This record gives sequence, structure tokens and C-alpha cells, in this order.
Amino acid sequence: MDDTSLGIWGVPLAMLAGAIRVSTPFIFVSIGECLTERSGRINLGLEGTLVMGAMSAYGVALMSGSPWLGVLVAAMVGLLLGALHAGICQLPRVNDIATGIGLMLFGTGLAFFLGKPFIQPKAPNLGAIDLGWWSSIPQVRQALQVNYLFVIGIILAFALAWALKNTRWGLIVRLAGESVDAALAIGASVNRVRLIATSIGGAFAGIGGAFLSLYYPGSWNEGLSSGQGLMAVALVIFARWDPVRCLWASLLFGAAGAISPALQSVGITQGYYLFSAAPYVLTLALMIATCSPERSLRGAPGELGAVK
Amino acid sequence: MFNEFTIGRRALLGGAAGTAAFGLAATANAQKPMVVGFIYVGPRDDYGYNQAHAEAAAILKKMPGVKIVEEEKVPETVAVEKSMESMINLDGATLIFPTSFGYFDPHMLKMAAKFPKVQFRHCGGLWTEGKHPVNTGSYFGYIDEAQYLSGIVAGSTTKSGKLGFVAAKPIPQVLRNINAFTLGAQSVNPKITTQAIFTGDWALPVKEAEATNSMVAQGVDVVTCHVDSPKVVIETAERAGIFTCGYHCNQAKLAPKGYLTGAEWNWERIYVDMVEAMKKGQAPGNFVRGGLKEGYVRSSAYGPAVSAAAREKTDAAKAAILSGSLSIYKGALKDNKGNTVIPAGASYVITEPKLEGMNYLVEGVIGATS
Amino acid sequence: MTTTLERVAVPVLALLASALLFGLLLALYAKVDPLEAFALMYQGAFGSWFSWQNTLTRAAPLILTALCTALPARLGLVIIGNEGALVAGGVAAAAAGVAVSGAPSLVVQIMMALAAMIIGGLWIALAGGLRQWRGVNETISSLLLTYIAIALMNHFVEGPLRDPSSLNKPSTHPIGDTNMIGTISGTDVHWGLVFGIVACVAIYVFQRFTTWGFAMEVIGGNPKTARMMGLNVDRYVLLACGAGGAAAGLAGMIEVAAVHGRANASLAVGYGYSGILVSFLARHHPIAIVPVAILLGGIGASGGLLQRRLDLPDAAVVVLQGIIFVAILASETLYGRLWKPKAVA
Repeated sequence: MDDTSLGIWGVPLAMLAGAIRVSTPFIFVSIGECLTERSGRINLGLEGTLVMGAMSAYGVALMSGSPWLGVLVAAMVGLLLGALHAGICQLPRVNDIATGIGLMLFGTGLAFFLGKPFIQPKAPNLGAIDLGWWSSIPQVRQALQVNYLFVIGIILAFALAWALKNTRWGLIVRLAGESVDAALAIGASVNRVRLIATSIGGAFAGIGGAFLSLYYPGSWNEGLSSGQGLMAVALVIFARWDPVRCLWASLLFGAAGAISPALQSVGITQGYYLFSAAPYVLTLALMIATCSPERSLRGAPGELGAVK
Repeated sequence: MFNEFTIGRRALLGGAAGTAAFGLAATANAQKPMVVGFIYVGPRDDYGYNQAHAEAAAILKKMPGVKIVEEEKVPETVAVEKSMESMINLDGATLIFPTSFGYFDPHMLKMAAKFPKVQFRHCGGLWTEGKHPVNTGSYFGYIDEAQYLSGIVAGSTTKSGKLGFVAAKPIPQVLRNINAFTLGAQSVNPKITTQAIFTGDWALPVKEAEATNSMVAQGVDVVTCHVDSPKVVIETAERAGIFTCGYHCNQAKLAPKGYLTGAEWNWERIYVDMVEAMKKGQAPGNFVRGGLKEGYVRSSAYGPAVSAAAREKTDAAKAAILSGSLSIYKGALKDNKGNTVIPAGASYVITEPKLEGMNYLVEGVIGATS
Repeated sequence: MTTTLERVAVPVLALLASALLFGLLLALYAKVDPLEAFALMYQGAFGSWFSWQNTLTRAAPLILTALCTALPARLGLVIIGNEGALVAGGVAAAAAGVAVSGAPSLVVQIMMALAAMIIGGLWIALAGGLRQWRGVNETISSLLLTYIAIALMNHFVEGPLRDPSSLNKPSTHPIGDTNMIGTISGTDVHWGLVFGIVACVAIYVFQRFTTWGFAMEVIGGNPKTARMMGLNVDRYVLLACGAGGAAAGLAGMIEVAAVHGRANASLAVGYGYSGILVSFLARHHPIAIVPVAILLGGIGASGGLLQRRLDLPDAAVVVLQGIIFVAILASETLYGRLWKPKAVA
């Protein structure tokens, strides 16, 4: 063993590092979806929004030379796709789950279609904050390379949780999600609330996509997302519609995803397919352990179609 | 701005748009160009496996009297049978290159039996005389020769003595590459180890980045890979400040500082030869294989970080491979479980059939085949 | 009221609107003549007997996987684990087929089908059971089970079930040529299409004309009322999920027995996900699934021609699918409003 090796201790460190690196898109998509679902609408199309965000962020960063402009455009694209979803779903008799699946296909296809010219060139990336300056261990320093968007995501999760609970605006969103009648009684337009909540949710997902293409893994190609947006939407149900719990769920999911490469890198190499299923098995096991028929829907917005 | 990029890509892929738009008319009246079909399993601009084929196909487009039709992202199912059939029925293709390994059995064989007059040539190297139809064939390159050279460069450059290899699945083609890369490095310093990490599939960018980072955390300072698109591995390594060796095509642009060299395909030779044969009215070769000597594989030009000594060593090994005096796989060779896989005194030429079924990782590779 | 005319006119309007949008994208961005593109699509999907067979072959697996979403949807469940059930069923079928490969081929085929349907059925019934007994949301659990099924398939195909001679494409042992399911005579479409159509008709009859079918509709309408009526909701949920999973499992068996001859990673190519789309587009109606699957199969079949003749990327047909899907869903709002004075559309 030489001094660069941490041996088995590398595994928990790698999981921490993995949580920091991999979780950001999950955080953004899941808190965005959390807001949308709290207003009483489900948007399964965020996978498509994520991929569109990734493509447009990369394209804009490439053409303008500014990755932050890319993030901004990704948020705008997400906003538009969210508004499109909300606009279609407020038509009478239109099913929001099905429309979401349709927009997932549309967003992914459009991103691949328009994104062809951006696969080859190299766009400037978002920088990182070096939080590991105090450590002499290179692995720790590497693990603590933290992207701004990760920090923003954490702040947003807490801010959203606070706003939902303590502001008039949060109350109206929750009312729209719990009971249309109650919302109408205080004079709020349910459709407008949901339009805004779904659009903002889409914008968050777009930023999550920008993180994928502009920071980690940090390039645009058609295999970039591999279902992360869909999984993040599922995590909202797992987190029972609480933004802060969405944050923990995303971190946990990111850490579990780092298990397979981390174990292989310290020489535990048997059965890696089973290890790569770890995030899914873990999520399922936690859901089985923590749910019960009585408690399962606690926290679920009353107007949400998916859990009726 | 968008259009500029579109045109850029079109130019790169050989200006297909213009010719394809008139495809219908052209087949109808001109003196029937020969139609050649290419089928790719992934996007044809993936900076990797599929792009290597598409770049060679783009060169064919310039040949007079040849028309190229291409389909990308065709899965290894009944869909590829239908793609081939559609190319034959609707486009009049007479030569088809299904470029992914899984297209061979049963899909291409089924189509070959159905269309005995059409020639099928498959990239992968499974064709056996007497067993498979005569209108089929296979071609492949011994890219492990180029991997061995990459290994020498990597072994000469590493300071920690730890190399990394991000791989998709433990199949013989991948294991050959991991082993050749390791043996090349060990020819410089026998103590060098290679950390192999299997991601489980051919295109999983986030996992590939994670695998690269976890190797960096373990002190690995040169990585290479065998996945469909090496872009993510190369870029992640460059950002972490370590060295890389490329795969499939030249990725030097992605890592101006850390790119050492790379193992590249050169399908152009094979495709041009086969099309020329067809134009002369002959059947293209049924079993076409070759390595550095035949020019089917090559190494990327050395990057700035490669020392003069390393260049010299690698060039010498290359010359020895070309002259046939150097064998990559020779005894006594042990696998990483301690079993002898090649007995002392034995030495395999690169064409040795036993190597096609390689199911072990050599001593010095950290990793398991299942 | 929804009239028969509307049932035809509304989807046709939606398709025309999609064609217009897609045509604009082609003309303005890709600089391709949309009319030529549509002519090619027609030629590739329905323009000849060959094209029809191409379309039907692609539609066949989608019919069965769509049932995996459609049956539980009748009870108000949103199941999206179709791909997992297909993969699990396919691996089970290959294992069973190899285990009894010496038996007469009909026996082998029946054993394979049974194994696939049982495993596929259990896979989705697990999601249904977890919902009823533990309150676990079935949408997320069925999605998680898909990822788990694919990981298990890779593990088995590259480990315990691997045929050592399958070198660069790890696969199970082949089930043997004599045990393969052939094609419908006179065509090259495999029997999976017939299985799918028969299953759809049978399920329609079951839903429409049996007490159990009626009970399921009651549960889907209002589970509380159903419980008060004394219906065993848990049992019906398990039944619907099990039957849906069995259909997707059977699709996996057909992939093994009619296409590949063995199980390998090519089982997971997205038929399950497409099945979700088909089911929602057909509004979970078993008979409507058939034409919708053929439409999707046709779009898939024409995609190759668009790539070859117009140099469009593969993604072009994905965009078109997305547009059609959203347009048809959005058009549902038009039912009952088309021929009334206040109608705006």
C-alpha cells in the first residue's frame, strides 16, 4: 500500500463524493416536481425536460462561450416545456400522467434531433468550488470539488420547504393541490397556480439537465440521462412530497449509485451487476419498510391524480 | 448560428444531404449506382465505435457510382432484419454492412438466407467456412495490438504504477484489450497494475464518469476505456489532471494536455477494398482480418506528455509487431487468479483462435470477469 | 355525447395537426420537403406488402406489453414496469426452454410460455401487492422493479445461465431451432402478433361480459364503493396486475422463441416503454390497443427510410411520436364540443 491509497476507506469517501457529484440533477428535478405535485398536477415529462435542458445548455454555452448563459437558457426551455404541459393539462378531460409521458418522448426526441451538431464540439464547463483546500489527502480534495448548482439546489430545497409552509403563496399552492374548492373559496385561480408551479418545476428540471451537460459528466450526447429524470420524479413520491426529504432522497440515491464503481476500485469485483442495482433495491426496500397502508398517502396532495 | 453547425456536421459526414435528397430520382434514371447499406447500433456521431464506421462510410460516398444508405440506432432485434430487408427491397442495396456484433446471429444469417444474391459483411469476426452462407462474411481488426502500444506509452508515463481501464462488459474483445494494454505496460515495468471497472453497458455516461473518478481517488494516473463513446472518460480524466489513452477514434482534441495516444480503427481500407471487389463483379472477402500490419488499426499520434524515451520504446515495439518478431501473448502467462493460461514456451500469434475466446484477466489486472 | 363521427374525426384532426407541426419542423429546421417526407413515411410503413409486414412485426410486441399497463389501469393503477416484466419473462422462458429442450417442441413452447407468464405475472403482481398490503406506490415500485429486472438479467446472462460459446454477446444457451415459433404462413410476421390480438379480444370479452370484469370497473370507478359492496379489492388488483405482467412476460417469451432463440441483453430494447405509450394512447381499451400499436409500428418502420433518403437523424421519428401522442391526448378535450354552437375548435 502506498500513500495514495486509502484502501477500503475509499468506499465511504467515494460514496460521499458520488452523492455530491451525481445527486444534483436528482435534486433539481425532484424539488421541481415536488412543487408541481403540491399544486395538484403530476408531470412525468421531466425526463424530456432534463434532456432538452442538457442539450440547450450545452449548445448555448458552446455558441456564446458562457456556461452560465447556458444554464439560464436551459431554465427558460424548461419553463416553456412546463408551461406547455400545464397548458395542455388544464383542458378539460386531458390526463396529466399520459400527457407527461408524451412530452417526455417529445422532449427527448427534440433534444436528440436539435442536438446533433453539438455532440462533437467541446463547450466550456461550469466551474467548481474547492471546499477541500484544508485537506492534504487528494481523494478528499477531489470529493469536495463542489459545483455551485449543488449548493443552489440545497438552498432551494430548504427555501421551497419554508415557502410552502410559511408564505401566502405557499398556502395557495398547497390549497390548489389539496382541494380545488377551498382554493376557489379564497379566490385563487387553480389553473393559474398550477401553470406557475408546473412552469417553475420545468425550469428546475432544465437546470438539472444543464448540470449534466455542463458539469458532470460534462458533455452532450444521446445517452446522457439514461432515465434520471424519470427516477427523480419517482423519488418525489418516495420523499412524500417534502422538498427537504427530496434532497435527502437524491443524496442517498447518488451515494448508492457510487457503490458499484467504488467497490470495484478497491478490488471487490464479484457481482457488479447486482451492485449496480443497489440504488433501486435500496429505494424499494426503504419504501417497503417505511410505508404502510394507513400512512402511505400522508403528505400526498389530495387533488393528485396519481395517488387517488 | 444553428445552420452553421448543421452544415458543419453535414460536411463532416460527407455532404450526404444533397445527394440523398435526390436519391429517388437518381436510382430511377442514372446508370444504376451500386447501393451499399450501413447499419449502426448507436448514434453515428458518438465520438467512438459508430463514428469510426461512419467516417469510413463517408469516404465511400466520394467513390463514383456508389451510393451509401445509412441507418443509426438500430437495436439488435428484429428491427435490424427489417432495416436490412428494407434497404434491399426499397433502396436496391447489394452490399450491406451491419456493424454491430449482435447483428450476426440470428438476424444477418436469416436475411442472408432470404436474399442469396445480396452480399452481407459483418463487423466482428464470426464467419466460419462451411458453417455460414457464402454470401456472408466478417471483418475485424486486431485492435489489441494498438492497445499493447498504448500500454507501453501508459506504462512509461505513469508515476503511481497504477493504470485504469473503464470497460463495459467482460466479453472476449474487451478482455483482450484490457490484457494487451496491461501486458504492454508491464513490458516497461512488470509491477504495474491495471484497475478494471465494468460499468455493465456500452453507453452509461454518468457511470463512466464515476468509474473514472473512483480510479483517480485510488491513485490511478493513466486511464483508457472500452465503451461505445470514450468522450466522457477522456474528458473526466483530463479535468482530474491525469493522462488518457483513447479508443475507437482519435480523441486528442478532448484532452489536449493528458492525451497520450490511442487505439483507433481504420475501416476505410476494408470498406474500399470490398466495394472495389463488388464493382469488378467479384464477391468481397469472406474472412477479412488484420492488425497494425494490414493497416486496419492504428495508434493516435503521440500527445505532448509522451517522453522521448517512451516514444522510442513504443516505436521499437511497433516495428517488432510489424515484422512479426514480437508476440503480445506468450508464456508463461498467469491470470489474476494464479492459473497458468499460456504455458511457458508457448507463444500465440495474434490470429490464434484460442485468443478469440479469452475469458480471463492477466496477472496485474485488478478486476473480475463476472 | 360522444358520437361515432367524433371517434373518427377527433383522432384524425389530431393526426393532421401533428403532421402540420412535424412538417414545419422539417421544413424550417431540417430544410427537408415535408411532403416528400410524408410520402416516404407512407411508403415505408404501409406502401407495399413488405412495408405492411415490417409494420406488423414491429407492432406485435407492443400489443402485449401495452396490456401490462392497460389491465391494471382499469382498476385505477398506473403501472409502468412493462419492460421489467418482459425482460424477466424472457429470461425465464429461455431458462425453461433450455431445461426441457429435449421434449417435443410444442411441450417446450408451452413450458416457455408458462414460465414467462408466471414470472412476468409475479413481477407486476408484486407491485400490486406492495400497494395493497404496504401502501407502496405502484408506479414507482414497478419502475424500480424494471431496473432490478434488467440488472438481474445481465447477472444471469453473463453468469449462471451463460452459454460459454456466446463469446462477445453473452447469452443463454439456445433453445434449439426446432423449438422456435415460426412465422404466420405466407408472411414473415411471427405469431406474436396473433397472440397479442387474441389476448386483446379475450380481455375485451372478459371486461365487457363477465362479472369479474364488471367488478373491476366498479373498483376502478370507486374503490370505497367497491369495498362496501363486499368486493375483494386486493384480489382483483393482484389478478389484474398478474394478468398484465403475464402479457408482458409472454412478449418476452416471443422475443426469445420467435426472434433471438436465446435470452440476452437485446430483450431490453424499449418494447416495454413503448407499450406504456400505446396503452395510454388507446385509453387502456384492449381493442384500441391494436390499431395504436400498428400506428407506432408504422412510424418505427418508416423511420429507416427517412434516415436513408433524407439524412434525417433517428430522433426525427421520436419527435413525431411525441407530437402525435401529445396531440391525440390534448384532442380528447374536443369530444362533445365539436358540433355544438359554443365550440371554438
